[in-house]
Amino acid sequence: MTAVTQTMPAAPLRKTPKGTFDLVFRNASFLAALFVLVLLAGIMLSMVIGGWPAFREFGFGFITSSVWDTQNDQYGAWPAIVGTLSTALIALVIGVPLSLGIAVYLTQLAPPWFKQPVATAIELLAAVPSIIYGMWGLFVFVPLFAAYVQVPLSNIVEGLPLVGTVLYSRSPSGLGIFTAGIILAFMIIPFIASITRDMLEQIPSVLRESAYGIGATTWEVVRHVLVPQAGVSIIGAVMLGLGRALGETMAVTFVVGNANRLSASILDPGSTIASRIANEFNEALGLQLNALIALGCILFFVTFVVLVIARILVSRVKSY
Amino acid sequence: MSMTTPSTVRQLPQAEWGRVRPSRRTADKAMKLIATGFTFLAIFVLFWILGMLIVKGVGGLSLATFTQVTPGPGSEGGGLANAIVGSIVLTFLGIAVATPIGVLAGTYLAEYGKGSQLANLIRFINDILLSAPSILIGLFVYVILVEPFRGYSGWAGGVALGIIAIPVIVRTTEDMLRLVPGPLREAGAALGAPPSVVITSVTWRAAKSGMVTGILLALARIAGETAPLIFTALNNNFWFSPTLSGGVSNLPVTIYQFASAPYENWQQLAWAGSLIITVSILLLSLIARRIVRGSK
Repeated sequence: MTAVTQTMPAAPLRKTPKGTFDLVFRNASFLAALFVLVLLAGIMLSMVIGGWPAFREFGFGFITSSVWDTQNDQYGAWPAIVGTLSTALIALVIGVPLSLGIAVYLTQLAPPWFKQPVATAIELLAAVPSIIYGMWGLFVFVPLFAAYVQVPLSNIVEGLPLVGTVLYSRSPSGLGIFTAGIILAFMIIPFIASITRDMLEQIPSVLRESAYGIGATTWEVVRHVLVPQAGVSIIGAVMLGLGRALGETMAVTFVVGNANRLSASILDPGSTIASRIANEFNEALGLQLNALIALGCILFFVTFVVLVIARILVSRVKSY
Repeated sequence: MSMTTPSTVRQLPQAEWGRVRPSRRTADKAMKLIATGFTFLAIFVLFWILGMLIVKGVGGLSLATFTQVTPGPGSEGGGLANAIVGSIVLTFLGIAVATPIGVLAGTYLAEYGKGSQLANLIRFINDILLSAPSILIGLFVYVILVEPFRGYSGWAGGVALGIIAIPVIVRTTEDMLRLVPGPLREAGAALGAPPSVVITSVTWRAAKSGMVTGILLALARIAGETAPLIFTALNNNFWFSPTLSGGVSNLPVTIYQFASAPYENWQQLAWAGSLIITVSILLLSLIARRIVRGSK
């Protein structure tokens, strides 16, 4: 009781030192938040300015040309763009069904005591550094893939129309676009699976129970109740995985083969935007350096658009 | 009692099994098998990678690994001492850059900006940065810090790692501050404390373990980053200079350069380095996860 009355007169003191601290703290936190915007703007600007000489020199041809000739300073991004898109697409084709299966297992099938360890193991896949995936890919996966998939597959499809081109490897080294796609698939699984799991868990259990009530099987509940409910956000999660796959660097650099030409076969070596930057950057000078930053600029705008769409799709559903 | 409650929903269709058409039963069984198989495939890959690191990496671990510097091309023996210390220095430099900015920005989003349009935009942009390719961050820092100052440096490497860590810390700080109940802030304000004092000595204190987790996660995220360091800190085979000017030796780039080199001792060191870095990052992530679950 007495303590309260004694502290009362201290109130007018507030104005002086605490007032300044309040102002400083508020402004500091505001500036820090603004810094996030400055960062994105800075990345965007630096890519455009750094890549400008290449864009000016080659114009639109920079995107469509397939020539990458350091001797004559001619640069075209097309093979790298195709490589980036095709590795990412393969990663999605393999990674998305796997991720959805994992999300369904985690939310519907796993026994309660088993859920947490499995979820942690899946999330640890995301914690493994990119370069370790690259080493695993190059030294463990690639030899196995060459011996047990590429060689037999090439023997089967040789001479066939279309598949004989797309799936035939001229020199089955194990390195290539398809290998990179497989490794990328495992790298994006934790992201897609964990978002999908969160979305499935948010669906009110009444919906599930009523479906079971009319005699639906677990598969039918997943197929007709859960997936349509979480559909939009699952697409968002997939786009987020796509964003990751497009920009992934070290793992791809190890296994993609780093060939500068375009090949019709997905089993042949190729390169992606990120792998080419990582490979050539330290030896690049002059216009080649600008061309590499210009590649970075293209990568930035593609991933930016993909990530913006992903975030809009994921966040909208999250707020219901 | 506890046995019956959670299973009622799931057991109903099984109890009526006889009435479910065989084709539907097959589809259901197939789906369950496939989903379970996929999950175990992913777990198998994780253990495959860990097993590979142990098999190939343990042989390279010795006292010399932690005491000697990385060997030059063609020279015998050597260790990873300079790369390990360099990695630790760069990682902590990154965290030192990112923590004040990240915590303050997260505080703004959760406390001051709450519903404003600007805060929503910043939150959105932060989420974009969170998944932006790290190689672009490396290029960005190259353009602003390496090219103008004519040289690779530890500072540039630290800044690049810091920029990657910022969005992680912003996100976790905001999420954790939002979990702090409003009445706690009101109680502080009722005592006459200005907002800044309420935030620093009430809200932050309540969310402390969660915010520390965010910093640990950011640490785990940047410790293994390779791509941004290739353009910024680069690498060499010596101890770094105290001013951090010039290249700073670090584990990820050392692994990258040594892994596919034609020297046996280089390859052995690359595997040992991979084992060290992966185990540290997995432990960090597990600790961070444990703290979050403990505080909930």
